[in-house]
Amino acid sequence: MAQDQSSGMTADSPGTAATRDPLSRVALRQIALLAIAATVGFVLLMAALSWASDLTSSSTTSVGAIDVETGTITLSLTQEPPQLDSTRLTDSVSGMILGHVMEGLLRYDINNQLAPGVAERWDIRTDGATFWLREEARWSDGEPVTAHDFVFAWQTAVDPATASQYAFIFYVFKNAEAINRGELPREALGARAVSDLELEIEFERPVAYFDKLVAFQTYYPIREDFYLSRDGRYAADAVDLLYNGPFEITVWVHGAHVRLEKNEHYWNRDEISLNVIDFPYITADGNAALNLYRDGQIAVVNGLGAESLDQVLAERWPVRRYSDGSVWFFQINHREEHPTSNYNLRKALQLVNDPGELVYKVIQIPGYTPGESLFPTWLNGQNGLFRQEYPAPTVTPNVALAREHLEQAKRELGVDEIPPIVLLADDTPGASKQAEYYQNRLMQTLGLDIRIDKQIFRQRLAKAEAGEFDLALYGWGPDFDDPLTFGDLFASWNLNNHGEYANAELDAQVRIAQESTDQATRMAAFGRIQEILIEDVAIIPNYERGVLYIQDPRLRGVGRRVVGPDPDYSRAHIVAD
Amino acid sequence: MSTAAFEFGPGDFERVAIERRTQTLSRPSVSYWQDAWRRLKDNRRALISLWIVIALAFFTLAGPLLWRVDPAAQDLDQVSQAPGLPQVAVIVEPYVPWAGLRATPLAAPAGGPGAAAGAGMPTDAAPTGLRLVEPATTQAVRLAWDPVPGATGYQLYRNIYDTEPDGALGLPVAEILDPAQVSFEDRLDLEAVPYWYSVVALDANGAEADGYVTLRVETSRVISAAEAETLGWIDDAAAVAIGDEIVLPYHPLGTDYLGRDMLSRLMYGARVSLFIGVVAPLLFVVVGIVYGSAAGFIGGRVDQLLMRFADFVVALPFLLFMILFKIAFGIGPGESGIFPMLVALVLLAWPATARLVRGQVLQIREEGYIGASQLLGAKTTYLVLRHMIPNTMGVILVTLTFAVPSVIFTEAFLSFIGMGVAPPTPSWGSMSNEGLRTMLTHPHELIFPAIFISVTVLAFNLLGDGLRDALDVRMRGQE
Amino acid sequence: MFRYTVKRLIQGVITVWFIATATFIAMHSVPGDPLSGERLTNEEIRANLEARYGLDRPLFEQYLIYMGNMTRGDFGISFTQQNRRVNDIIREHFPVSATLGILAVVFAALGGILWGALTALFRNRLPDVVIMFLVILGISVPSFVVAGLSQLGLTSLNALFGVSILPVAGWGTLLHMIVPSLVLGLGTMAFLTRLMRSSMLEIINADFVRTARSKGLPPTRIFLKHQLRNAILPVITVLGPAIAAITTGGFVVELVFAIPGLGRYFVQAVQQLDYTVIMGTTVFYGAFLVFMVILVDLVYGFIDPRVRLE
Repeated sequence: MAQDQSSGMTADSPGTAATRDPLSRVALRQIALLAIAATVGFVLLMAALSWASDLTSSSTTSVGAIDVETGTITLSLTQEPPQLDSTRLTDSVSGMILGHVMEGLLRYDINNQLAPGVAERWDIRTDGATFWLREEARWSDGEPVTAHDFVFAWQTAVDPATASQYAFIFYVFKNAEAINRGELPREALGARAVSDLELEIEFERPVAYFDKLVAFQTYYPIREDFYLSRDGRYAADAVDLLYNGPFEITVWVHGAHVRLEKNEHYWNRDEISLNVIDFPYITADGNAALNLYRDGQIAVVNGLGAESLDQVLAERWPVRRYSDGSVWFFQINHREEHPTSNYNLRKALQLVNDPGELVYKVIQIPGYTPGESLFPTWLNGQNGLFRQEYPAPTVTPNVALAREHLEQAKRELGVDEIPPIVLLADDTPGASKQAEYYQNRLMQTLGLDIRIDKQIFRQRLAKAEAGEFDLALYGWGPDFDDPLTFGDLFASWNLNNHGEYANAELDAQVRIAQESTDQATRMAAFGRIQEILIEDVAIIPNYERGVLYIQDPRLRGVGRRVVGPDPDYSRAHIVAD
Repeated sequence: MSTAAFEFGPGDFERVAIERRTQTLSRPSVSYWQDAWRRLKDNRRALISLWIVIALAFFTLAGPLLWRVDPAAQDLDQVSQAPGLPQVAVIVEPYVPWAGLRATPLAAPAGGPGAAAGAGMPTDAAPTGLRLVEPATTQAVRLAWDPVPGATGYQLYRNIYDTEPDGALGLPVAEILDPAQVSFEDRLDLEAVPYWYSVVALDANGAEADGYVTLRVETSRVISAAEAETLGWIDDAAAVAIGDEIVLPYHPLGTDYLGRDMLSRLMYGARVSLFIGVVAPLLFVVVGIVYGSAAGFIGGRVDQLLMRFADFVVALPFLLFMILFKIAFGIGPGESGIFPMLVALVLLAWPATARLVRGQVLQIREEGYIGASQLLGAKTTYLVLRHMIPNTMGVILVTLTFAVPSVIFTEAFLSFIGMGVAPPTPSWGSMSNEGLRTMLTHPHELIFPAIFISVTVLAFNLLGDGLRDALDVRMRGQE
Repeated sequence: MFRYTVKRLIQGVITVWFIATATFIAMHSVPGDPLSGERLTNEEIRANLEARYGLDRPLFEQYLIYMGNMTRGDFGISFTQQNRRVNDIIREHFPVSATLGILAVVFAALGGILWGALTALFRNRLPDVVIMFLVILGISVPSFVVAGLSQLGLTSLNALFGVSILPVAGWGTLLHMIVPSLVLGLGTMAFLTRLMRSSMLEIINADFVRTARSKGLPPTRIFLKHQLRNAILPVITVLGPAIAAITTGGFVVELVFAIPGLGRYFVQAVQQLDYTVIMGTTVFYGAFLVFMVILVDLVYGFIDPRVRLE
C-alpha cells in the first residue's frame, strides 16, 4: 500500500523560480479562481449537509435572550436531562425540566411555601392521609387527572422491576418497603383511589412531614394507559411523555435542544405568563454560557465561577445569589483499620480546618458560607430557622491545640508518624482545587501526608461504598424540606454513611426524629444529632454551597429554591424596558 | 569460509612489494553521522530548534535547582497574581472574629409612600451613614451603617469599579436577614485595591429597595506575624513588630489559582510533560523495533500473524482508547497518573514504529552488502548490530522526534477533558486547561503554559524536519 | 480489484470484532460500575437493576450476549438514560459529528491544497513566510486553546458590531457550522499545507513540466493538469488518517461550542461509566474509521494509476 510518505520522490531542488513568468501568473490566477470555487463549494456543501441533517427541522431562528412579543425566553442547560421518567429521576436538571411540565398533589409557590397543586385540599392524620383532587386538572391531551394516575405512578416507583433509586421516599406508605423488596405485590401499596378525585393513603408509621414529601418529584402522577402504550420507552422522547403541568415539551433534540411551550390544558393556565421557555444550548462550559449571555442569546447564566467574576463586574452585569441548599463536608472513615478512627486525630483535623479560609480565599465565590454543621442554615425548625433555635457548637481553628491532639493520637496509635491519609475527591475542577488546598493546609499545620485520590463520579462512589478512603470531600443536597433529609445520613444503617460511623445515641435520636410527630421533640433530637456529629468529629463541615447567577433584568419572578425544581421559570414574566 | 587444506611453501611467506596507490583520498573520510551533522548544521531552522530543545532540557533539569521555590506551596494572599513587582505587606495583629454592631430596628415611618401598599418601607429608602468601623485591610473590611426604618434586612454589594453612573453594584457579598444587624465584615478574597461597597435595604417581602448607599474603600495589604511564620516568610514571629513591613515572596511569572508560583510550576510541569513526551516515544519505539525487526527477520507465517495483530491495534480509535485505558488503569491515591498514561500510550502507539522497522528490515535484508556480510561469515547478531540498526537508525530517530509533539498534545488533550495527571502534579496540559477558565481575567495562567507547549511542539517538529533532511537521503527535500 | 476489496472488507470486519473485544475488556476492568448511585439505599434495588442489565451473569456470558446482540445491530439500552436505546443515541448524534467532520476535512483539504500551492509559488517571499508562520502556529497550538480563543474572538466580534453575526455556540443552522468546522479543520489544514507545498516544489521544475513548457502547452493547462494534479496525490494519501484524526478530535470542539455530537456523548459516558454507550460509540467509531480508511485506499487506487492494489 502506498502509505509511506511518497518515498519515490526525487530531491530536486527547485531554483528560485521567478514568479513573474507567465506560468506563475497564470497559476496565481488559477489559484484565485480555485479559491473562489472552493469557497462556493464549501458553502454549498454546508447547505446540503444542513438540509440533510434532521436537526434543521427542529431548530428555530434565534430570537435572542428575551422576546417580548412572543413571550419567549431563551436559556441554556448545563447538561442533557438524563431521565425524565419521574419514577427514576435523580438529577437536578431533569428535576428542573420536569418541575415545569408536571405537577404533583402539592407544589412550592414562588415564595417557597407549599401550595395546592393537583390536590384542592388534604387531610393528614397520624395513620394516613386523604387528598381531594381538583376537578379541572387535565393532562396535555385533555383527559382529566385522576387519583388512579397517582396510585399507578407510586406503585410503579416502588415496584422492584422499576428499580427506582428513590423508592425509599415511599417507605412511609404501608407495605412500600415490603413491595420494594419483592415480598408483596405492588397492588398492596397503602395508596388507593377511592374515586377519581379522592385519594386515600395509609401510613406504615406516623410521619410529621408528609405534606413536604408529597411535593417531591417522584410523587408526580403517570397515566397508566399512556405509560403502557409507550412499550418501555416512556419519557424517552418528547412524544413519550404526557404532561399535567404548566408547560409541555414540544421539542427535545437530545443533547441539543429542549423547548417548553405553555400547556393550554393546564388548570391554572391564567397564572402562566410565558409562552415559551427555550433551551437551545446545552453546555457545561461556564465560559461558553457567559459568551452566549454577552452575545444576547440567553437570559440567565447560572453558577458563575470565581474566575469569571472580574469580567462580570467589568461588563457591569447584575449579579444575584442564592443558596442551593447543599452542605459539603469531610466524610471520615471510622472503620477500625483506618487511622481516622482515632478520636484525637479527628479532633486535630477538626481544629486545623478553617472553613472561613476555604470559602474566602480558595473558593472565592460570594454566596458560599463557611460550614458549621451538617444542618444548613436555611432549614426550618419548629417556629423559625432550625439553626437559630439550635445553634451549632462553635469550633475555633486552633493549630497549637490541634498539634497536642495529634501527639496524643500518635501515642494512642503507637506510631511515630501518622500513615499517609487518603483524601477521596471528585474529578470536578472545584473538588480538585479544594483537595489541593487541604493537602497543603494539613501538611503545613500538622505535617500530615495527604494523598489525593481523584476519581470520576462512579468510581468515587464505588470507592466510598467500599470504604477505600480516610477522608472524602462530600456534599449532600436536600430531598424535602425537613431536617430529616440530612438528619439520618449518619445513622449506622444508612448506606450513605460510607465511613460506617456508628453511635448508639445518634441512632436513637434518628429513630425519635423519624417516628415522632411532635415537632418540638423532633427538633430537639436534631439538635442533639448536630451536637454529637461535631463533638465526636463524625464529620467535618466545610461549606454550604451558594450559587451566583446573572439574570436579564427584563425577566422577573424567577423562583430560586433549595428544595424542589430550581430555577423555576413557570411563574416568571417579562417586563418591557 | 571452510579453508581447504593445502600445503604452505616458503614462497608463501615472502613480503609483497608495496605498490604505489593509484588513488588517494585527498579529504578525510566522512562517516554517515558526520555527514548528517554537517547537513543539520546547514539547516538554520533545525539548528535553532535544537538549541531550543537543549534550553528546554536545561530549564527542566537545572531550573528547579536555580529557582528553589516549592511548586506546591500555596500563597493564599497572592492568588492569581499577574507577573509584576514584589508586593509589600504590613504586619498586623492576628485576625479575631468580630461580633458586629447591632441596632434596634426602627419601625416604618407612618404615611410613607410604601406604607399604603403595606410594604412598611418606602421603595426608595436608602441606608445612610455607611462607614468603615476600622481601617480596611486585606484581612477584613468592617462596615456599619444606620438602620433604615421598616427594613427587614440588608443586601451588601461589592464592586471593583465605580458603581456610577449606571448603578452597577457588583457582587452580592452578603444578605443579612436580621434587621438588627447593621454591620458587615467582608473577608472574601480581599486584595489591595479600591472597592465600592453598597448597602440596599430589604422590604417586608425580602425585595430590594431601589435606593442604595455606596462607600469607596481603600484596602491595604497586611499579614499577621503568625501567618507569615507559618508560611515560612519570616523566621521568627517575635522578631517583627506590628507595623513593620515585610516583602512577600516574589513570583516573576505570577501565581496560579491557589497562589502557587507559576515559574516553579512551569519547571515541574515541564518535567512531567517532557518526561511523558520523551519517555513514551522512546518506549513505544523500542517495542516497535523489537516487534518489527522480529517480524521482518522471521518472516513467513509468523510475520503475517504479527503484522495482522499490529493492524488491529492501529485500527483502535486512538483518543477513545486513551481515555478508556486511562480509566481502566486508574490512578491510586497520591499517584501522579504519569505511569498509566505512559502504559496507555505505549499500548496504543507501538504498531506504527513496528511497521516502519519491519519495512526497513525487509528492504535492508535484500541489500547486497548484507549478502556480502553473510558470505564473510557474519552472524545474525552481528548483522543486526552492525547493519540493520545503524541503517534504520535515521528513520527511527525521525519518527521519535515527530512522536514527541504528538504525545505532548495527547497529554494536553487528556488534561482538557479532565483525565490528565492527578493534582497536585503540574503538567503544561493541566496548567493550560486550568488557565483556560481564567483566560479573561488572568490571561497569564493560560499564556505561559500554552507558549511552552507551542514552542516545544514547534521545536521538535522543525528539528524532526531537519533530521529527516539530514539523515534520510531518500526523504530529503520534503519540508 | 474485486478480490482485493473483498479481502479488505473481511479484514475490516475482523478488526471491528477486535475493537469490540478490546473495549469490552478495558471497560469491565474499570473499578466501579454504572449502577452506583448516591440515593441507592437498598440492596434489593441494586439487585433488580443488575438483573435488568444482565450484570448479574458471569462476564464471559455477558460478552457472548453482547456480541450476539451487536451482530444483530443492537447496542442495548443506556444506563444513564434508562429509556433510551444506544442505537437511537448514535443515530441522533453521529450525523452531527459527521457533518462537522466532513466540513472540517473538506476545509482542510481545500485550504491545504490552495495555501500549499500558493506558498510554493511564492517560495521564500513574503506571502510564503507569512502563511508558513501561520501554518506552524496552527500545528503547534493545542486545539482546545484555539477553540477557546476563537469563541472569545467571536463574542468580541459580535460585540464590536453590535449584532450577532455568527452564533457563539450551539447547533442547528448553517451559521452554527462555520466556526467549529474551521477550528476543527485548522490543524489538519496546516499539516496538508506543508505537505502540498513540498510536493508542489518538487513538481514545479520536474522534467515533465519542462517538457510540457517546451512543447508550448498553454500555461493554464500546465498548471492544472501537470503541476496541481500531480502535487495533490500525496495529499490524498494522508487523507484517510486525517479523517480519523478529525472525527475523534471533534471532542474538543463539541465540548467548547456546545455541539451535540457523539464525541461529547462518549466523554460523558466514560465519566458516568455507561457501559452500553461506551461500547456502542467505540465500536461504531472504530467501524466507521476502519471502513473510511479502506475507502480512501480504494479511491486512491483509482486516482493514481501508479498504485496497484493487490
